[in-house]
Amino acid sequence: MKGLCDNEMKLEFSSKTSNEAFARVAVAAFVAQLDPTIDELSDIKTAVSEAVTNSIIHGYGDEEGTVKIEVKIYINTIEIEISDSGKGIEDVEIAMRPLYTSKPDLERSGMGFTIMESFMDEIKVESALGFGTKVKMKKKIEPKQQEDELTNTEDGEASWKRI
Amino acid sequence: MISEYVKEGKTLILRITEEVDQHTADKLRRKLDNEIEVYSPQKVILDCSGITFMDSSGIGMVLGRYKLVKMLGGNFEIINVNKRMKKIFDMSGVSRIITIIDEEEEENEGVM
Ligand SMILES: Nc1ncnc2c1ncn2[C@@H]1O[C@H](COP(=O)(O)OP(=O)(O)O)[C@@H](O)[C@H]1O
Ligand SMILES: [Mg+2]
Repeated sequence: MKGLCDNEMKLEFSSKTSNEAFARVAVAAFVAQLDPTIDELSDIKTAVSEAVTNSIIHGYGDEEGTVKIEVKIYINTIEIEISDSGKGIEDVEIAMRPLYTSKPDLERSGMGFTIMESFMDEIKVESALGFGTKVKMKKKIEPKQQEDELTNTEDGEASWKRI
Repeated sequence: MISEYVKEGKTLILRITEEVDQHTADKLRRKLDNEIEVYSPQKVILDCSGITFMDSSGIGMVLGRYKLVKMLGGNFEIINVNKRMKKIFDMSGVSRIITIIDEEEEENEGVM
């Protein structure tokens, strides 16, 4: 069973900034099944907003394209993949530096990747010039304490105990 | 966005009431700049209590308005910033440039 996720969803939409709110709300609604805190949910919404905005304004710019989102749930961990078939990034390492932006004219601050890094547990960026960009992010949703906990009873058998 | 101009003190209070992302920021900055240019206030207070979501688009939006107000010779202040917004403003260095009064500081002031 290893490698298979417990649940997944896929989403495709036009590269219009008016879809940013839809994208982050849709991901948040799907992730809600893990019972995240409001803070965890806000972290995820912010990171999704950053990556989706990047695909729209940097990946496609004035061109029309499709942004794809894939979300997978592995027990307590969510994995979000946001991709575009836009113009790609020449040097990912430079692009990810805090305050680096290729569009200061749009009042961009160059903090998108830094925010994704700080609000999620893990981020990986793959990009090819002329082909597009894929951002993969992971975050563990901490199980809530009042939930059922797996404990070992005296006879060594695992059982569920409510704490 | 809700805008209120207080004549004594020549203060313009701008309360943002939408989610701030690239999409809304485009329209917001036009509205905010228009209000600032119309009143040419001595002080602009950006009230963030009505912001339910903000990503990095908020950084450019705030810095851009700050620059405009400074250019017109006024003072600029941000109030009612929640923890998450504070984190984004701290990370980007906005907090070092602009006076930010966050929600907790406000509460403390009320107690004193
Ligand atoms: N999907 C993408 N396609 C092409 N370029 C991108 C993409 N995402 C990010 N970039 C590049 O990386 C830079 C940094 O991105 P980011 O940290 O989000 O800052 P900002 O969006 O404010 O410029 C962008 O200015 C752009 O040059
Ligand atoms: Mg960005």
